[in-house]
Amino acid sequence: MGVYTNVGVLLFLTIVVDMKELLILGAGTAGTMMANHLKKSLPKTMWNIRIVDHEETHYYQPGFLLLPFDIYTTDQLKKSVAEFIPKGVHLIREKIDRVDKDKDQVILQNKEILNYDILIIATGCTTAPQEIEGMLGDHWYNSVFDFYTYEGAKNLRDKLRTWEGGKLLVHICEMPIKCPVAPLEFAFLCDSFFSNKKMRDKVEITYVTPMSGAFTKPVATKELNYLLEQKNINIVPDFNIEKVDAERKKIIDYGGKEVEYDLLVTVPTNMGDEMILRSGFGDDLNYVPTDKATLQSKVKDNIFVLGDATDLPASKAGSVAHFQAEILTENIQSYIAGKPLKGAFDGHANCFIETGKGKALIIDFNYVQEPVKGTFPIPGIGPLKLLEESRINHLGKLAFRWVYWNILIKGRAIPFVSSAMKLAGKKIEK
Amino acid sequence: MAEKLIAGIQVDCNEQGYLTNPEQWNKEIGLEIAAEENISMTDKHWELIDYLRKQYKDEVALTVRKVGKSGVVDIKEFYNLFPNGPLKTASKIAGIPKPVSCI
Repeated sequence: MGVYTNVGVLLFLTIVVDMKELLILGAGTAGTMMANHLKKSLPKTMWNIRIVDHEETHYYQPGFLLLPFDIYTTDQLKKSVAEFIPKGVHLIREKIDRVDKDKDQVILQNKEILNYDILIIATGCTTAPQEIEGMLGDHWYNSVFDFYTYEGAKNLRDKLRTWEGGKLLVHICEMPIKCPVAPLEFAFLCDSFFSNKKMRDKVEITYVTPMSGAFTKPVATKELNYLLEQKNINIVPDFNIEKVDAERKKIIDYGGKEVEYDLLVTVPTNMGDEMILRSGFGDDLNYVPTDKATLQSKVKDNIFVLGDATDLPASKAGSVAHFQAEILTENIQSYIAGKPLKGAFDGHANCFIETGKGKALIIDFNYVQEPVKGTFPIPGIGPLKLLEESRINHLGKLAFRWVYWNILIKGRAIPFVSSAMKLAGKKIEK
Repeated sequence: MAEKLIAGIQVDCNEQGYLTNPEQWNKEIGLEIAAEENISMTDKHWELIDYLRKQYKDEVALTVRKVGKSGVVDIKEFYNLFPNGPLKTASKIAGIPKPVSCI
């Protein structure tokens, strides 16, 4: 057929065949990945893809751990959200009010209504310091800091540049948090940072956690406990914070236990986006009930969830969103075709853990397999070592920033790393 | 992993004394573990144990916040029933794993 006939047919189809609406809420790590995956996979004549996020800046969140120590600059952590949204996907820069699941609509805070056929919730989670009595006040970003936000990490950087020492607490309010190892990494990096500044003897580092220890899995406990002794880090476990007494500089738990500080670096309560609360279908921390394998929400068939916004028993981490995205793309295509959702997310997570002094670990695990030693990603060859400190692992962590911007959020696969966790290359005791 | 005789039954448990197979649990086992933990069990204790076992069965991650909103106890009451690391202690008595993180 001639060119004009092709165009005519296409125009005819577009007018006669209703374009379906696929709506993504959140343009952070997970939402951006899905926009890229689905743009490539869904036929453009059939599906209109829109993504909603009021934020202009896309932050490289793993960098927030390193910013307080001047390992990264602020410029290295920021790009624009728009840069990573593929052409043809419409970015709506507005705040979301709520989802009306019965009407298949999202209502924006400017009162605009977006209809959808399929909804993907990728609104993530964020810190809620107001959840703990006494956390906020004049002392916030003075003697009490978080490093889970850009502002927190930047202010902490300024504090650490001139802090002369004392009792430093690295603290977790409650679980779950995103990037659950980051507080421990922070404690390790503090040890190096103050050692390099020749003032390690002036700083007492204590890690305070609601968990029963710094490590809670058997193999990790056996392989890594030495780090706490080596780096002279005290542990206060089973600490469920009730309030911060900023005047007397102490944190107090529900059992009456008190821990004093001069500098408190805390991970505030992490909660899902408030629009989940307004939509009426989140759990007590505003996470969306989600099927742990298919990533379909338990709220309604045409609502899917990935990334930090789910209530899955998986870690909240960028690598998890990456592995989920591959599965979810497959399942959305099956859903559209009216076929059973065969893609099954296995809880796979793959994370670097900075241990200070130019070294890092890498761990690779899923719902059922705890982190163990081994080689990654190529069994027997590596070059990265699982659950073992090495300088190559640290270089890997630094190199990951390039991988994030150029491969991960563009929805591309990482060579040799599959979405399902591999048992090959792992030292698993029978 | 080891086997331990609790209330006359051989159960599988880890080095810290937590049952690794929650199906093997019964109330007598719970009572004996509670005695080891210096907890005198009342009806309220058992009500909470039932709640914890149900959450575990439904694959719900347990936190002190969640228990506080259970409708069985609030957080202060939870601490009164199981002082000193209440989640850790109550999980052991309930024959379920204690809460864990990724490592």
